[in-house]
Amino acid sequence: MIPTSHYLFLSLALFTIGVIGVVTRRNVIIILMSIELMLNAVNINLVAFSRLVGSAEGHAFAIFIITDAAAEAAVGLGIIISFFRNRETLLGDEMDLMKW
Amino acid sequence: MMLDQIVFYFFATLAVISAVLVVTRRNIVQSAIFLITALLATAGIFLQLHAEFLFIVQVILYAGGIMVLFVFVIMLINLDLSLHQVQFNRQWWLGLLLSLVLGAQLTVAIAVGRSGLPMGEPAPATMLEPSTQLVGKVLFTEYMLPFEVASILLLVAMIGAVVMAKKKV
Amino acid sequence: MLMNIVHYLISIWVPLVCAVIIVAVLPLVAGYIVLMERKVMADMQARLGPMRVGPHGLLQPIADALKLLIKEDIIPDEADKAIFWVAPLISVTAGMLAMSALAIGPWFQIADLNVGLLFVVGIGALGIFGIVLGGWASNSHYSLLGALRSAAQLVSYETAAGMAIVGALLLAGTLSTREIIQAQDDYGVWFIFAAPVGFFIYVVASIAETNRAPFDLPEAESELVAGYMTEYSGFRWALYFLAEYTNMVVVASIATTLFLGGWLRPFAGMPIFNFLDFFPTLLMLFVGAYCFYRAPKQPVKVQKMFMVAVGLGIFLVGAILAAPLAPSVNSMLPGLKPGLHGAFWFLLKVGLYIYLFMWLRFTFPRYRFDQLMRLGWQFLIPLSIVNVMGIGVALVLHRQWGWSHWTAFPLTTIATLAVAGWLGWADDKSEKEHPMVGET
Repeated sequence: MIPTSHYLFLSLALFTIGVIGVVTRRNVIIILMSIELMLNAVNINLVAFSRLVGSAEGHAFAIFIITDAAAEAAVGLGIIISFFRNRETLLGDEMDLMKW
Repeated sequence: MMLDQIVFYFFATLAVISAVLVVTRRNIVQSAIFLITALLATAGIFLQLHAEFLFIVQVILYAGGIMVLFVFVIMLINLDLSLHQVQFNRQWWLGLLLSLVLGAQLTVAIAVGRSGLPMGEPAPATMLEPSTQLVGKVLFTEYMLPFEVASILLLVAMIGAVVMAKKKV
Repeated sequence: MLMNIVHYLISIWVPLVCAVIIVAVLPLVAGYIVLMERKVMADMQARLGPMRVGPHGLLQPIADALKLLIKEDIIPDEADKAIFWVAPLISVTAGMLAMSALAIGPWFQIADLNVGLLFVVGIGALGIFGIVLGGWASNSHYSLLGALRSAAQLVSYETAAGMAIVGALLLAGTLSTREIIQAQDDYGVWFIFAAPVGFFIYVVASIAETNRAPFDLPEAESELVAGYMTEYSGFRWALYFLAEYTNMVVVASIATTLFLGGWLRPFAGMPIFNFLDFFPTLLMLFVGAYCFYRAPKQPVKVQKMFMVAVGLGIFLVGAILAAPLAPSVNSMLPGLKPGLHGAFWFLLKVGLYIYLFMWLRFTFPRYRFDQLMRLGWQFLIPLSIVNVMGIGVALVLHRQWGWSHWTAFPLTTIATLAVAGWLGWADDKSEKEHPMVGET
């Protein structure tokens, strides 16, 4: 039987890798993918604790997070497509229309 | 017991390696494929935690829905351009440093606090109902309002995505 | 440590044997389904089909497999080689993995998951990646367009198929394949009679899911060369083909488990119909006798001997199926009945469903892509939502208000059919007023 802290360390590792992806990469699609990694790490955390406590509330919360991630990915990709049609760029550095 | 550990370490290693590859590949399509493997490895972890419904929801929705959307968008966008650009931004060293500091803080927090967690599982897995029934009960009684709000959120997201991606509004 | 592993392997030998049988036998079965398709196509077109290779074309699949194995392996120049190599594997793996939660007879199942049916549907959905990545890796416009169209079609009809399944799951109350069939046994009626509209939606959606005609625009020969399979030759194409026919078998198995009673004999609960237990043996005797009848008419001596051998093999299968019905020979034999007869009925139903697929293929012309998408989104999905509501209402009427089965379910079926008629009429009207041809 695996102690809960092992799941927490795994979740931490995935979360840190996701954060590195978000702050380091230029391509916005990779940034979106790293955000999905972070959400998954949180899901593992929730389900591990839900197993420890013995209730299904963590599972329900994880399902809401998956739903949320789907909505966010859809709208985010829509925005990226729209921006790409206008500016022909996929790099976060070059999306600086609102900078003064 | 041994099977438990083999399965956990297999899926955990697969998840971490896939995650590292997602973040470091130059080719976006390869990143997407490694994200799919990372999501399937996470689904494996859910299965190992006896959360069968969440396992299959992760496979259907995340790997079979969201990632299909990602792959579609990647294929509709011109990729040759991005293959020759600089991958990492100018302040990558600062980002990496701060992320590692965050990771180190959380590692210390878990390592110090883990003696407070009760060891092992409170009930053997066979005593619980199948996880579908459990989740269903919780979702339709206590968390009915968030459930309905989530459906409205999905409706709004659907409309938003269609409007954002149309050629002429 | 090694003894631990050996002990563990011995304790799971049944699923291991089932898995080995599925992986070894499924390609052969897929090959013979191709032969069956060619023969059925020929029959519906008033001709004979393959007759040369082996008597009545029975060795045609083996000849085809040999040919595909020795063909040259062409990889396009600019293709992404790693993805090109892995794409057909994803399709085949998804198809075969989906077979693991299905119960072919009460004794033949690899894993009885809690969420078995959803597992099969979900893993089948992972096959989309094989198609999309294959089209992408070929580095050709036709392949990419075909792949994206195929994936869009699959995603659209997956929702309708899922909701049709949910309609029948409301009646079953569980997601485990074994328990669904058990529920049909307890009710005494197959779910196709309680949810016929759901079955209809599932048939249409599953034809679209497996890219079969009339929904086969992405891979039709006259439209896009061969769609995402254009650049694949030799054994890689054979893998895609195998994946498509495995998906057909998986989809037929889901329909059989959920709607057609799985391994249950027709009228399983009623002892009056026990004479139906002799049907398997009689069928085998009939087919074996036909083989013996055709044997002398074969032109070549080897073919004559082959037909006689096939006939003898079928008689042997018939004898094995008859064995459990003769308790006087050995008292242990009736215990074999659920396993053997269950497997026979399941495979018969799967075969009939696949015959239905082929029948529809050779009857209807192909749908244009926008008509396909309109059918999926504007007709099937609303109809499947109404179907779920209808079955919910029928269950409430039956369980809470005490109406009998025979009034509640037909009533809601008629109501759902009325909604279907209205949707079809509204769809037609909107297509005439806003035709999609020419719009982006």
